[in-house]
Formats: sequence, structure tokens, C-alpha cells
Amino acid sequence: MLGKLSLSALPLDIPIQMGAVLFMVLVGAAILAAITYKRKWKWLWKEWLTTVDHKKIGVMYILVAFVMLLRGGVDALMMRSQLALSYGSNYGYLPPNHYDQVFSAHGVIMIFFMAMPFLIGLINIAVPLQIGSRDVAFPFLNSISFWLFVVGAVLVNLSLVFGEFAKTGWVAYPPLSELRYSPGVGVDYYIWSLEIAGAGTLLTGINFLVTIIKMRAPGMTLMKMPVFTWTALCTNVLIIGAFPILTVALALLALDRYLGMHFFTNSLGGNAMMYVNLFWAWGHPEVYILILPAFGVFSEVLATFSGKRLFGYTSMIYATLAITVLSFLVWLHHFFTMGSGANVNAFFGIATMIIAIPTGVKIFNWLFTIYRGRLKFTSAVMWTLGFLVTFTIGGMTGVMMAIPAADFLLHNSLFLVAHFHTVIIGGVVFGVFAGLTYWFPKIFGFKLDEKFGKRAFWCWFIGFYLAFIPLYILGFMGMTRRLNHYDNPAWHPLLLIAAAGAGVIALGVLFQIIQVYVSVRKRHENRDLTGDPWDGRTLEWSVASPPPFYNFAEIPVVKDRDAYWEMKHNGAAQHKPSEYHKIHLPKNTGAGVIIGAFSLILGFALIWHIWWMAIVGLLGVIVTLIARTFNYDADYYVPAEEVKRIEDGHSQAMAGGVGHGR
Amino acid sequence: MADEALSNYPAHAAGHDEHHDAASTKVFGFWIYIMSDCILFATLFATYAVVGRNYAGGPTGAMLFHLPGVLIETFCLLISSFTYGLAMLAMNKGAKNLVLGWLGVTFVLGASFVGLEVNEFYHLIIEGHGPGHSAFLSAFFTLVSTHGLHVSIGLLWMAIMAAQVASRGLNPTNRTRLMNLSLFWHFLDIVWICVFTFVYLMGAM
Amino acid sequence: MSNEHVAGASHGSQRSYVIGFLLAVVLTVIPFAVVMTSAMPRSAIVITIVAFAVVQIVVHLVFFLHMNGSSEQRWNVVAFAYAILILAIVVGGSVWIMYHLNYNMMVH
Repeated sequence: MLGKLSLSALPLDIPIQMGAVLFMVLVGAAILAAITYKRKWKWLWKEWLTTVDHKKIGVMYILVAFVMLLRGGVDALMMRSQLALSYGSNYGYLPPNHYDQVFSAHGVIMIFFMAMPFLIGLINIAVPLQIGSRDVAFPFLNSISFWLFVVGAVLVNLSLVFGEFAKTGWVAYPPLSELRYSPGVGVDYYIWSLEIAGAGTLLTGINFLVTIIKMRAPGMTLMKMPVFTWTALCTNVLIIGAFPILTVALALLALDRYLGMHFFTNSLGGNAMMYVNLFWAWGHPEVYILILPAFGVFSEVLATFSGKRLFGYTSMIYATLAITVLSFLVWLHHFFTMGSGANVNAFFGIATMIIAIPTGVKIFNWLFTIYRGRLKFTSAVMWTLGFLVTFTIGGMTGVMMAIPAADFLLHNSLFLVAHFHTVIIGGVVFGVFAGLTYWFPKIFGFKLDEKFGKRAFWCWFIGFYLAFIPLYILGFMGMTRRLNHYDNPAWHPLLLIAAAGAGVIALGVLFQIIQVYVSVRKRHENRDLTGDPWDGRTLEWSVASPPPFYNFAEIPVVKDRDAYWEMKHNGAAQHKPSEYHKIHLPKNTGAGVIIGAFSLILGFALIWHIWWMAIVGLLGVIVTLIARTFNYDADYYVPAEEVKRIEDGHSQAMAGGVGHGR
Repeated sequence: MADEALSNYPAHAAGHDEHHDAASTKVFGFWIYIMSDCILFATLFATYAVVGRNYAGGPTGAMLFHLPGVLIETFCLLISSFTYGLAMLAMNKGAKNLVLGWLGVTFVLGASFVGLEVNEFYHLIIEGHGPGHSAFLSAFFTLVSTHGLHVSIGLLWMAIMAAQVASRGLNPTNRTRLMNLSLFWHFLDIVWICVFTFVYLMGAM
Repeated sequence: MSNEHVAGASHGSQRSYVIGFLLAVVLTVIPFAVVMTSAMPRSAIVITIVAFAVVQIVVHLVFFLHMNGSSEQRWNVVAFAYAILILAIVVGGSVWIMYHLNYNMMVH
């Protein structure tokens, strides 16, 4: 009846895991209780769960991503503390069976359920506003994408409660991930959470590509788009090209595990190396999917806070396009050591070195943007400066490993681990935090507290170097990744420093939580009344903070790059339309969250081999989709009078406020 | 799917313009989805290319493939592409019943394709040549049935479209959806060209 | 019931569908015939069937999907070109890489 599921799936004999389960249950129960007590269920359903508004969907992505940052961070603290302890005769507190799940979950969560949703959340919030649009091309699909992502995150966390997670690392190479060597449900949790969330990501890619190509305001040619929109466009191009590859790779692994096929098995003709090949054919574009939006954030932040237009816009765009194309030509550098030989390795090594060039172009453009500007050292700028230093180091270590001969020594060492954390934390995470700081007032109507923002930055920055410089050294000393115990005395002090660094980063996260709390408490002092707290350059700053749900009462006509800057300096910014018109918008719908719910049932059922439940889940998704297509009444018009009322209200609020945040 | 693509045209402009704009956005979006499906099939073809000669001591394609049957399947699909085209021409003329008629013919041909394919698989499996017997068979079954699954989904879609056109006529939403289905259906025929060439014809030699 | 045509896609005429269909039939029958009768040496057959497949795909694109150089179709063509590029890289790259891996790692 319940497939492989039984009471033995609960981790009753693993105290740490039970602690985590209890924590999740208590926090979850507390939240449900709070909502019930405040009678907010109807509001939650109407305003958030069924929304198709890109701004709200963006906020939800970011909220879930932050929670997952905490979960992935706890995994990191566990690994660092384990390694600080488990030297010589001490074996620490995490046996290999448990430790392997921790590092696997850490990787999966941080990449798929922290970094991706943070970036997609920022793209959701900013891009339609930047291009002068009222929403994305397919708002309903946007809702589905979000809920599919949530289901993926839920499944990964359910693995703590029922069963186990994969012990294969976040890449899940066969033959270890095949049924023979991973007979439990862990790899199945991995496969289905990523397949479901990946489908959502693919839909996002399609959605935003069409939005950017087709829904720009009149006059906004491609070469007049904000840089963040350009990087979002390239990111979506990468998503569309890469995610189908992952979908297939995981599906083939699932076919091996569920239907006894032989794609990657050791016997009957399977070839495990093909999985590695396909995984990284997706995996390399994925890291550019992660970094390009962050690059876009930095471009916006530096231009805004230098009070100068971005240096070298055209070369920035071409560099971004070059990175987009080249990112599909380097994937073998993730498995130089698998044995493809000198010629193949040389081609991909050279391609990998070439791809560093356009990135270098961008770094110089950022530096030249600052040069001769009047840089304001806001916390967003601090994150950006931290990025410029850190990402350059990380990039250089990457180019080192692009030399196959060097990689033969460094592959899968802690040097590699330090490299990718340097570029991901220094690049993606810093970029997300800069973007959050930058766009927070737009979404919520008040700025984040600067003092705690800077404290958080310094903790992250110092903590990062404390945590990862030792890892570079350990890599050279021969320590490999995914170890939970070691005997080499020289490694021990370095791992202690690394653990301390992780603790400092945790302090940084704590400061961020405090920052939000303090900012909410002080929100009336920090209110953004003008919609333009930073004297911004792009169109999102031309609407109120928060924007009206329809974004623009009148679609702007764009004349130049940095469209809003141009409007401000030509007097057009204060222009109010002579008359308002009704606005066409989509209705909210519960179909997205319902499809998510059925997907969760489907995923869980597949993992535990509960076939009747899987059919229920699948049918539920299909029927909901079909039923939705029979709804021909999915949109409505906002009457012109209501638009006028909202716009007049904003003008009054602005008139009462102080001028631009200069 | 049934969502309203937004338009940036002011609402007071002719309703025609806004529909025009929204429809072209939806069709373009569907085309982009098809491009992602292209990559999906490309990955399956790459896998077939890599492990497709790993027979594990078992039968090869030459021993298993029945080319005359494949030719009939191919014609079912090709003719159905043509008849769908005729349905689109009827749609452009606003001839609802003609659209329904040609959709019906297309459906029958598509269903025949799927039926023949299921029959082929059934015989292979009961003869002991199922997908679990070698990497070649795994890749063959997966690639071909992924295509067949897409065709089946297309058939389901077609049936729903017929119901929606029958009840609500050729309104703008239905026209856009028929256009998307057209892209889907022709794309599947293009994928089939690659399947019969690289799997069946190459394999049978 | 209006006679609006759907924007974003070109429209065929009956002629274009018929021509496309007849071409496709020919481009299908010949490869099958060539393989089923083993009329040529193997390498010639391979080149033939692949070439005919490519041509037939183009026929489908032009006559059924109405792809052309018009400005309306421009983004569709760009997207298609990108997909073909990725396809070539993934398929070609995988075959090249795996061939070398299989050789060096003695995969039988």
C-alpha cells in the first residue's frame, strides 16, 4: 500500500537528525498557528499563494531561498565542525554515512534551492520593471515555476524526516548512484526534487526570454536595455539550452534505477562516463546561469552609486554574449582526469582559459566605471567591492585548473572546493546581497539598515577568507574533498581556522537577520517616498515604492540607455498622463499551487515506490492543467478611475516626502 | 497553457492589436519551448549515439527492426502533418467544421502511429528484447518512446482542442492554441525524421 | 467568429503544404528504398540518408512551419539557429569525448 515507506523511515535512532526534524516540525507548527491565530489564511491564499504578480513571486522566491541558505549553512557548519574535531583518534560526531548526506545536501541546496531562487527572485522583481512592462509574458507559468521550485525544496527537506538523502555528492555519479550501490531512497529524493524544480526553472527561462524579447517598452531597443536585463536575457538563454540536458541525464539515471535499464550501469553495455559527460554539459552552463545575473547587479549598483553611466556598455554586452556562447564549450574541464586524453583535454583547457577573457573585460569596465566617479560606500557597494577582489582571486584559481596538467593534481582536492566557493560566494552570494539591498526599498517601500548591512558584509568577507584560504593551502597539501576524518597533523590547524571562518560567516548571517528586524522597526524613518531612493538610472525607479500592482499607469516611451536618468534630466520624469486608461491584467489563480501540491504527491510517491499515489499525483497535475485551459475568463481590466486614484495617492505621498535620496 | 500573455499596448487601442500582440507572444513562447525540447531530444540522440552499439551480446538493430513497418508509421505521421496543415488553412478561413474534420483525420493517423509503435514495442518485449537487456535497447526504447509520448500528449491536446473549438468556436484563444499545436505537431514529425534515419535506417544496415 | 489570423507565425497556402508533402514523401521513400535494397556501398548509403534527412527537415521547416527570412520570423530563426548550435555541440562534443574516453579507458 505504501511502497517502501514504513515507520523505519523515521530517523528515530539518529539524534542529530531527530533534532532537525523536531526543529522543522516546531517551527512549521508555530507558523501555522500564528497564521491561524491572526486569521490570515484567506489573505495568504488571495494575496500570496495564488498570485501571478511577478513582484510577489520574486519576494516568495527570495524568502524560501533565505530559509534554504540557513539550512545549507547549517550543513556547512556541521562539516567544518566535524573536520575541526575528527583528527587522528578522534572521529568526530558525524559518521561517514551521515556526513556523506550532509555534503550532498549542502551542495544540492546551495546551488538549486539557495542561489538559483535568489537570482530568479531578483530577476522576477526587477526585469519587468526595468523594461517598462506590467508583468512577464506568462504570469500563470511564472506561478507554476515558483511552486515547482518549492516542491523541490520541500522534497529535499522531507528526506530528513523520511528516509535519507543521497550519499553521492551533489553530482550523483553512477555507478555509486545506481541502484546496486545506492539501494535506498536517497538518490531518488535527489532525482525527483531536481527534476521537478528543474522543470520550473526551464519554464522560467522560457518566460523571461519571451518577456525581454517581446515586452519591452516602445523605444527600448536591445542596446538600450539595462545591463541587468541583458544578463537576465543571457541567463535565460543558458537555462533553455542547458536544463533539458540535466532533465535527460537524471531521467536516464531514474530509468536505470526504476526500470532496470542500462544507461550508466557497469554491466550490459552501460557507460557511467556518459552520465558525467551529460551532467557537466548542463553543469558548466549552470555556473554561468548563476554568475551572469550577479554580474548584472554589480553593473547596476556601480553605475548608480558612482553617479556615472556604466563604462563600456557595448563591450559589457558583447562580453556577456561571448560568455554565453563559450559556456557551452568548456564542460569537459570538470572531468579532465576521467581519461579523454591530451587532445580533448587541450581543446577544453584552452577554451576554459579563453572564457576568462570576457570576464576580465567586465572587471575592467567596472573599475573604469568607478574611476572618476564619486563612489558612495553604501553596503550595496561594499558587497560589490568585496566581489571585485574575491571573484578575481577565484577566477584566477579557476584558470590555473584550466591547465589539464595542473588539474590532474588539484581535481577533487580542497583547492577545487576553495575555488568554486570563492567564485560562488564572492560572485553569486555577494551579488545577491548587493541586489537585495539595492532593490529592497523598491519592493517594500523602505531601505534596509545600513549599519547592520555593513556589519554583515564584513563578517561575510572576513569569514569567507578565514574559511577558504586554508582550503586552498590544504588542497596543495593533498587533502581531498568529502573527507570526514584525516590523520595528517599538518592539516589540523588549518581546518580549525576554516571552522572559525564558518562561524564568522554565521555571525554575518545573524547580522542580516537582525538587519531585517531593525529595518522593519525603523521603517518609517527609512521610508522611500519618492520611488527613487538612490537617484537611480533605470525605469524601475520611476514608479512608486512599492510599485502599484500594475507597475506603470502609462507605459513609458524610452529614448536612451539609462532611460529614467534621461527622463529625469529632460524633465519628462515628473510628467503625469493627461488621462488614464483601463489596464489589462491576469487574475490570480490557485492552479499553480494546486499543481505544486500534486507534484509533491507525485514526487514523494515516486521516491517511495507508492505507485497508486504517483498516479494520483500525475493525474492531478494533468487534470488541473486541462481544467485551467477551459477557463477562458482568466483576466480582467483595472478601471481607469482606480488607476487614477492610485496614481494620485502616490503623487500626494511623494509631494509630502523629501527629495531624491542623494 | 491557458494564461493571458500581457500586452503593453494601451487598452484603448483596438482590441485587435492587443490580441495580435498577445497571440504572437504566446506563439513565440511556444516556439522557444520547442527549442528546449529540441535540446532534450538532442541529448537522447547523443546518448543513443554513444551507447547505441553496446549490444551486450544481444541482438542488433538489424536483427530487430522491421523497416516496412517503420515506413508505414512514417507515412502515418507525415500524412498527419499534411492534414494538420489543412486544418490550419481551414482555421484561417474561419471554417470551424472543416477544422474539426481535419483534426479528426489527423488524430486517427497520429493514433495509428502510436498504435503501431506500441505494437512494435510489445513484440520486442515479449520476445525478450526489452529495454533492460542492453544499453542499446535502453537507448532505443527511451529515445523512440519519448517521441511517442510527445505524440500521445499531442493527441490528448488535439482531442481537447476539438472539444474547445466545437463548443466555443474559433475564438482568438483557440486559434493561438491551434497554432501552438501546429508547431508541436510539425516539430514531432521533424524529430521522427531524425529517428527513422539515425535509429532505424542506420541501425538496419 | 472573426477572420483574424494569428500573428507571430506565417501562413501557408494550400500549394505550399502540397508541395512540401510531396517533397517529403519522395525524401522518405528514397532513403528507405536505398537501405532496404542495399543498392549502394555502405558509406554511400549513410551519406545519402543523412543528406535526405537534412533536406527533408528543411522542407518541413519551410513548407509546414513557414520559416523564412521575413522580419516577422526573425526571432524564430535566431532561436532555431541557437538550438541547432547547442545540439551540434552537445551531440558532436559528446560523441567526440566519449569516443576518446572509451578508447583510453578500454570500454568494450
